[in-house]
Amino acid sequence: MSAVDTHHDEHHAPPASSIKRWLFTTNHKDLGTLYLWFALIMFFIGGAMALIIRLELFQPGLQFVDPSFFNQMTTMHALIMIFGAVMPAFVGLANWMVPMMIGAPDMALPRMNNWSFWIMPAAIGLLLSTLFMESGGPAGGWTMYPPLVLQGGDSFAFFIFSVHFMGISSIMGSINIVATILNMRAPGMTLLKMPLFVWTWLITAFLLIAVIPVLAGAVTMLLTDRFFGTSFFNAAGGGDPVLYQHIFWFFGHPEVYILILPAFGVISEIIPTFARKRLFGYASMVYATASIAFLSFIVWAHHMFTVGMPLAGELFFMFSTMMIAVPTGVKVFNWIATMWRGAMTFETPMLFALGFVVMFTIGGFSGLMLAITPADIQYHDSYFVVAHFHYVLVPGAIYSLMAAAYYWLPKWTGHMYDEKLGQWHFWLSTIFVNLLFFPMHFVGLAGMPRRIPDYNLQFADMNALASVGAFGFGFTQILFVYIIVKAVRGGEKATDQVWDGADGLEWTVPSPAPYHTFDTPPDVK
Amino acid sequence: MSKLRQALALFAAGFAGIVNAESLDAVPLNMPVGVTEISRSVYGLHMTIFWVCVVIGILVFGVMAYSIFAHRKSRGVTPATFHESHTVEMIWTAVPFLILVVLAVPAAKTLVAMEDSSDSELTIKITGYQWKWHYDYLDHDVAFFSSLNAEHNAARQLNSPTAGDIPSMETYLKDVDNELVIPVGKKVRFLHTSDDVIHSWWVPALALKKDAIPGYINTNWAKVEEPGVYRGKCAELCGRDHGFMPVVVRAVPQEEFDAWLVEQKGGNVAAGGTDTAVDEAPATAEEAVVEEAAPAAADDKDALMAKGQTIYNNVCAGCHQVTGAGLPGAFPAITGSAVATGDKAGHIALILNGVAGSAMSSYAWMPDEDIAAVLTYQRNGLGNSVGDVVTAADVAAAR
Repeated sequence: MSAVDTHHDEHHAPPASSIKRWLFTTNHKDLGTLYLWFALIMFFIGGAMALIIRLELFQPGLQFVDPSFFNQMTTMHALIMIFGAVMPAFVGLANWMVPMMIGAPDMALPRMNNWSFWIMPAAIGLLLSTLFMESGGPAGGWTMYPPLVLQGGDSFAFFIFSVHFMGISSIMGSINIVATILNMRAPGMTLLKMPLFVWTWLITAFLLIAVIPVLAGAVTMLLTDRFFGTSFFNAAGGGDPVLYQHIFWFFGHPEVYILILPAFGVISEIIPTFARKRLFGYASMVYATASIAFLSFIVWAHHMFTVGMPLAGELFFMFSTMMIAVPTGVKVFNWIATMWRGAMTFETPMLFALGFVVMFTIGGFSGLMLAITPADIQYHDSYFVVAHFHYVLVPGAIYSLMAAAYYWLPKWTGHMYDEKLGQWHFWLSTIFVNLLFFPMHFVGLAGMPRRIPDYNLQFADMNALASVGAFGFGFTQILFVYIIVKAVRGGEKATDQVWDGADGLEWTVPSPAPYHTFDTPPDVK
Repeated sequence: MSKLRQALALFAAGFAGIVNAESLDAVPLNMPVGVTEISRSVYGLHMTIFWVCVVIGILVFGVMAYSIFAHRKSRGVTPATFHESHTVEMIWTAVPFLILVVLAVPAAKTLVAMEDSSDSELTIKITGYQWKWHYDYLDHDVAFFSSLNAEHNAARQLNSPTAGDIPSMETYLKDVDNELVIPVGKKVRFLHTSDDVIHSWWVPALALKKDAIPGYINTNWAKVEEPGVYRGKCAELCGRDHGFMPVVVRAVPQEEFDAWLVEQKGGNVAAGGTDTAVDEAPATAEEAVVEEAAPAAADDKDALMAKGQTIYNNVCAGCHQVTGAGLPGAFPAITGSAVATGDKAGHIALILNGVAGSAMSSYAWMPDEDIAAVLTYQRNGLGNSVGDVVTAADVAAAR
């Protein structure tokens, strides 16, 4: 493929846009772009599902959808957002930025890179197609707990295969990232000189390689239980429904950190740039990331405190879960210490990064509350949990993605985005996202379970507020697309440096970054 | 600094506002304190950890806010160059760790107490079904189903004509036909299991939540101190009507509980001595009389149909719908179905055995008379008109 022949002038333009170019590209920047656009589209599809949920929950009573469709929406919303939006978006960032940050000409395995992207639309297409099948889409929750999930119709097989495909894509992407980071760093770029975004992705990729096969095993057992008469999880056949939960969460908890560690990396790039001061405690940030990754393997059963574990198990998982607060706290303290006595400016990427620090920390606080097992037994499966994980995922992971988009957009497109609109985007999003998720804490504590389509009048006010917030937040994101498209099309020319406090190899190449960068490795001091 | 203080004061005032609103008790916004010793310690833990988070939050966000205010380029500051300090890193690793240790001790104590279900004075087995609960007083031979209040069940349907009444239903989706009655001041042990998928029995005021899992028997307990009605919900997604299987616990003084038990057992004998399996509470005296006075007579069909309709609406309609139309793709229709309009023996066999690999579980636990009634209703109501009558003897013969 032509993109592999890198025997050209570094500054030549990318090939003309054509279906063939995008279908067969092995260029890390093209693939990064594809991943990012794909994730953005999925963000809107998953968001539309969330709006259906919030529409039904706007008032007590059932007004719009049948409960079984409601359950399909909660299930699909989670799957699309996790596997279709957040994960591919971070892989897209890795594709674009990791080679440029470590001074490599491309990813280590470019053809596999093409594959790992193009599997994604097929996998998600398969998943979405189940919505149009007779038995409807999966409706047992994204956690796919048996026996409930086995009650689904035959579309279940499509759902399982789509999870397999997404898993294959993630593993291939992760192997590629690990191979790139370990083998293709420019001379002098020692591990402990790598930008933190690269570090967090290295650790994330190892997490993915470790846990995606576990998920694949679990869903395959579901598949054979459903279609081939096995009884892995069927108590009547000598199986164990709780075993599934242990396996799932052994994947699921690291998965949660897969969604947030690259976000930590992004924030650790942006705050120093706009504080005009080096990241405080670089080494401790790396160790904290590694500790969080390690801990993620020994806390899984905190998702299952109500399944009836022995006391010793409950105590162990409570203590190990509380421990996570320590390295996470270190990260937040380091970010604030980076800001301390810097010279800050507040362009859009910095606003989103600061929003991340505050609201991710709020999600962290509720996480700490959830660690306290006796209290967790009350919080569990209530809207308090919904509030918690949406705080860490929306104004957490997704804010970091938006921060990253604004931060690197000038490098990708060669144009500055519209700063004024960017600020509007931040403030509207922040007001609405809190209106959306904060009331959920209250209804959860007061006794509203999650995944219900209807509720008592006592929860009506808070749910109405949340729904207003949801629609506000959702429609605000159209502004985000407009800003991106506007920057792609034109705008103020970006300098190579873009941000005056930015530091790193990606800022040494022209804006927009040429199709091939670092054909000759740069010198890293 | 004074500006910062003002901002903090404002924040604190706003916060106090929330707390005050809560104490007004108009709309509860917090975890209930509850009515057991355990629920009070759980509430205590919840508030302790909450305030710890608030204090840490004020400190961390306070420093951050001050930095954003003071260390901005527009104020002409030059950035410092420090970027490392082992001492500081040690401190902010060790201090949170110590706070966690302090929090872990009471949490562990409460957990140990929660898990100690020894020396209970009454045991109730709770079985989750899609979508209702079955309560079995193991020491007293009293058992019954508990499902969503029929009025609420009608109002919650999509496009329901009674949906307009929802705002006036104070206990909408929080009320059941048969309440779980327990004595106050006694340690009651609950055994949780399920007949189909995983459910979770949650009553916030008792600080109880436990998953009901097929093949498992989970245990928890409560010693309720105040008489009252405590409402809860199924907390684990269990399919289409997960949102519609409330829990209602009525705690009464011991004498009242004893009287209630006698009444339940009495009702049982009148109904024919079988287990009070299906909603015996609506099965009033007249119904019992009808059943005994006119056994298998020709004019018995109307009575069978009426009884069958009640059972159908309580047991079957959750999936197959009140109209019998089912839900395309998920639950088959009864109206016009090959089974319900076909051979009687096949229809009975399906109810007794269930359908493997589907949500249709075996209903062999229902008394013969009840199965006979509901099958007669399915064959002659819901738009079907087979014309025959299923008798208890037919069902007994098929067992």
